[in-house]
Amino acid sequence: MNRQLSEAVWLNDAVCDIEHLAEVSGLSISEVNDLVDIGVIVPSGRPAGTVVFQLCQVLTVKRARRLRDDFQLDHHGVALALTLIRRIGELQAELDVLRHPGAR
Amino acid sequence: MKFKDYYQAMGLERTASAEAIKKAYRKLAHQYHPDVSKDPAGEEKFKELAEAYATLKDPEKRQAYDNLGSRPAGEQFTPPPDWQQRYKTDAAGFDDVDLADIFAAFSRSGRQRQPAPVAGQDYEVAAHISLEQLFRGGEIEVRAELPEYDKNGLAHRVDRTFRISIPLGAADGQRLRLAGKGGSGFNGGRAGDLYVALAVQAHPLYRFSGRDLYLDLPLTPWEAVLGATVQVPTPGGVVELKIKAGTQAGQKLRLAGRGLTAADGSAGALYAVVRIEVPAALGPREQVLFEQLAANSDFNPRRHFLTGAAA
Repeated sequence: MNRQLSEAVWLNDAVCDIEHLAEVSGLSISEVNDLVDIGVIVPSGRPAGTVVFQLCQVLTVKRARRLRDDFQLDHHGVALALTLIRRIGELQAELDVLRHPGAR
Repeated sequence: MKFKDYYQAMGLERTASAEAIKKAYRKLAHQYHPDVSKDPAGEEKFKELAEAYATLKDPEKRQAYDNLGSRPAGEQFTPPPDWQQRYKTDAAGFDDVDLADIFAAFSRSGRQRQPAPVAGQDYEVAAHISLEQLFRGGEIEVRAELPEYDKNGLAHRVDRTFRISIPLGAADGQRLRLAGKGGSGFNGGRAGDLYVALAVQAHPLYRFSGRDLYLDLPLTPWEAVLGATVQVPTPGGVVELKIKAGTQAGQKLRLAGRGLTAADGSAGALYAVVRIEVPAALGPREQVLFEQLAANSDFNPRRHFLTGAAA
């Protein structure tokens, strides 16, 4: 078996630009921009006239791409699905805390 | 090479129309897509479904697949001679090749001239870790089966193990990226990335929310009424907790700094949630004492029922 020690990057430690989000997700820059306009992705800052995003947004854009391709959704559908999935995640986390461990 | 029954994976007859294939895909995708399904096996089922659909929706690939004939799923078979010719390899060259990779390479090998670079695929794997591992940090091993292309563009599955150190402050659901460690590229295309999602296993004692931990703390009725000092387990070791007299069920007792540590070194709290438990069976002496208590106490926890009724 092939073993290797790898340098891993924690996705919430670093930032990236919109081109990077487009490149790793396979979405176009205008599609990523749509997600920003709708508020699904929030920029983490605007240093020196540029817009940067937390690297963990890579996961959101990749999910957007999967939803678009696997369900043939348009950008409104993708944004709605992402918003609802996030909301369900928050509610699930609350539910897990309220439930007894035996119920998990 | 192992045979896979794509029709069976989609619940279809081999004679299904293109429209029926599309319909079956949509229905099953809604059921199993890992982004929308709660089914723990959903991701694996969706992978099978997507693989089956990728081949069956394309008339050329479907034809090639149909030419293999019908066999039991999982049966070893030898690829037909025209495949061996196409990939310039003999039957043994297909040993560690997945049927899905053959069909993925189909369209590429069809167009011979001017090979375009093909970027490697990104892969995501879950790494299951215990709450204790998360608490102490340390290294974990993550295994993934990743494709590597040979010179003919055929992907061979290779088992890889990566060692990853869990830094202090890691949390459930957090992802890390191993750049360039996903599927290899072809014709000079860049390698994909490997994403590792940390999944913290459910703990028999603690529930967690962010950095905070929750623990059910069962008390006897007399401990809650009279107060007591009890020993409480925390990930960092047992601590003594003072229970005030008159503690109610459902009350949360906060142990600051006894939760999980954040990246900046600050720690969450551990909340002991009080539950009052009664003995399932009483000894004769206990029975007498409880009866005496019942006869002498004027405590009525349902007093507000009566005021509520009068209002």
